Amino acid sequence: MSVSPDASERLRFRDPAQAHRLAAVLARTVAEALAATGSERLAVMHVCGSHEQAIAKFGLRSLVPAALDVIMGPGCPVCVTDMPEIDEAVALADHGITVATYGDMYRVRGSGRSLADAHAEGAPVEVVYSVSQAVELARTSGREVAFFACGFETTAVTTAAALIGGVPANFSVLSAHKYVLPAMEVVAQLPESRIAAFLAAGHAATITGSAIFEPFAERYGIPVVVAGFEPLDVLAALVRAVEAIRDRDARVFNLYPRCVTSAGNVPAQARLWEVFECETGGWRGIASVPAGNIRLRETWRAHDARYRFAHVRPRGAAALAPDACICGTIMIGRAGPVDCSLFKTKCTPQDPVGACMVSSEGTCRIWHEYGGLPVLQSTR
Amino acid sequence: MTVTLAHGAGGRSMRRLVTDQFAAQFAPSPHAVVGLAALDDGAVLRVGDHQLVVTTDAHVVWPTFFPGGDIGRLAICGTVNDLAVMGATAPLGITAAIVIEEGYPLADLERIRASMVQACREAGTTVVAGDTKVMGRGELDGIVITTTGVGLAEYVVTDCGLRPGHVIIVTGCIADHGLAVMAVRHALAFETPPQSDVAPINHLVAEVLRVGRGDVSAMKDPTRGGVASALHEMAEKSGVGIVLDELAIPVTPAARAVSELLGIDPLFVANEGKAVIGVAPAAARAVMSVLRATDQGRDAAVIGRCVDEHAGTIVVDTGFGRRLLAEPEGELLPRIC
Repeated sequence: MSVSPDASERLRFRDPAQAHRLAAVLARTVAEALAATGSERLAVMHVCGSHEQAIAKFGLRSLVPAALDVIMGPGCPVCVTDMPEIDEAVALADHGITVATYGDMYRVRGSGRSLADAHAEGAPVEVVYSVSQAVELARTSGREVAFFACGFETTAVTTAAALIGGVPANFSVLSAHKYVLPAMEVVAQLPESRIAAFLAAGHAATITGSAIFEPFAERYGIPVVVAGFEPLDVLAALVRAVEAIRDRDARVFNLYPRCVTSAGNVPAQARLWEVFECETGGWRGIASVPAGNIRLRETWRAHDARYRFAHVRPRGAAALAPDACICGTIMIGRAGPVDCSLFKTKCTPQDPVGACMVSSEGTCRIWHEYGGLPVLQSTR
Repeated sequence: MTVTLAHGAGGRSMRRLVTDQFAAQFAPSPHAVVGLAALDDGAVLRVGDHQLVVTTDAHVVWPTFFPGGDIGRLAICGTVNDLAVMGATAPLGITAAIVIEEGYPLADLERIRASMVQACREAGTTVVAGDTKVMGRGELDGIVITTTGVGLAEYVVTDCGLRPGHVIIVTGCIADHGLAVMAVRHALAFETPPQSDVAPINHLVAEVLRVGRGDVSAMKDPTRGGVASALHEMAEKSGVGIVLDELAIPVTPAARAVSELLGIDPLFVANEGKAVIGVAPAAARAVMSVLRATDQGRDAAVIGRCVDEHAGTIVVDTGFGRRLLAEPEGELLPRIC
């Protein structure tokens, strides 16, 4: 791996002065959009963990006008991995099958335990940085290795490429990959949704292309802005989204043209769908999402952990009423964490129930850590 | 309930374990100026007119040898630095208890011992007593070194003396040690791998205390949990808020690139040769110039200031906006999303 020592210094998308100028444009545009639409507040939803990471890391929320809610949607693949999927992975590890997984999945609990808990009790669990590390682990150890694969289409492509590239017989995939577009549809269809525009994830769009959002924008009358991940990318995308709301212009706007094309990465798409297909399934804290889960096709069953270890069944069952968690309502901005009966009692950062508590940037997690949304301007 | 890795990672879980299981269970010492309950880097005992600082640390690290150091150097520096940040910058001596797994290569042991000797020489101290034990194969993983250090302090510096207006100084570039170890652990092959900063900082701290004296209000060595964890402890115990200027935090370009790649905030990453120092404003300039004049402290920077609002909370001014700094919890793992 090569990292040029001054690579981060050369990034041109981190200019605080330009950010403050964009923030001023955003404030003006929000005022115009409120006047044009006759609303008191506007809500823009992003559907990407990396967007939330950029917003949180650079403190961009404190630059956003009070009347604009930037809501974190179902965009963190780890957060939306459903409890039964984690239970499957834990069961494999309990059964002595080495489970390799990404670091951020390690501590997330299913209905009972997390992979970290299983590891503490002696089960074989390895944190890997890429699918190729997991393949290498299978190759060198000779043990049965199941790669607990999570992530959206961007990450799913790497899993597909590894399988097509050839893997040893003792390597299998437990797919918890998700497809993001169907989840946007679920949010848009909610009758109480007040989302006026979406920011689409730039890296996922690198694979899928921006055109894939066009039928969505048209069907729901909601503009979609494909956005990058540097602070100026995010702010510029917010400005474009609010302009589109103001102008009632429900089209797709590509504000990440340095990476994203209309058609996307066609060879990568071919590999993705050669290995995977979409199937309906649960997303943590949201609902069953039609065609939202990415699963291995029948031709890959030899490497599908669900078939290879069909005899391994998770022990125990979910102890919580499935409808007690109101993550979905919190995600669309219709409820706050304190409206949830599980908040701070049954649902804590150490033992999260819903997606909003899993991620360190989730609304419930932030409220839990700091007793509410902090007023960050006060120390200025 | 069982003990998990999160209990050893330097965050809130660890503090809870230590408080519940130990700090609350032992009777307070009549000799202690700073005792176990303070959960500081070490204890301060009154001996006649003197203040004796005592600290102890068990060292386990995988890999045992990492870019920039090894467990031997770490064991000496960890204890020397814990003494130093309490104000004892000339250690009287160190004890070392070494537990070794049967079958451990003697050549590795010799390398580790040589590192310990070298680190002692740099710190101006030596090992004055020790113990060795060998355990059966598989009963422990390689080697564990526990070191205890003692030293006298003229000015005792705790981690709870911050007041509004005090500035926060870090003595050099952060995150190098943790990233060096993590790069090896996750088998990430960089062309220029990050190097651990493991080094004794007692001479550096002595300079700071020489010019800063009583104006040095709090000090910690930001090891596990990184600068974030150290600041949270200092802010909470002192009852102040801290505003950090993120653009002023010194991080080498290589460490920044690696941390961005892994999705890990450098503020959360362990250091083994740095101090975080709170200083009353009157002495800030003198402390900074004495630090910058040394080789170890040439990248020292003022990274924040204490405020009288949001006590116990750290706000990061990113240059773009502001965010809250969370307290690290559990071991640091690369993220995908």
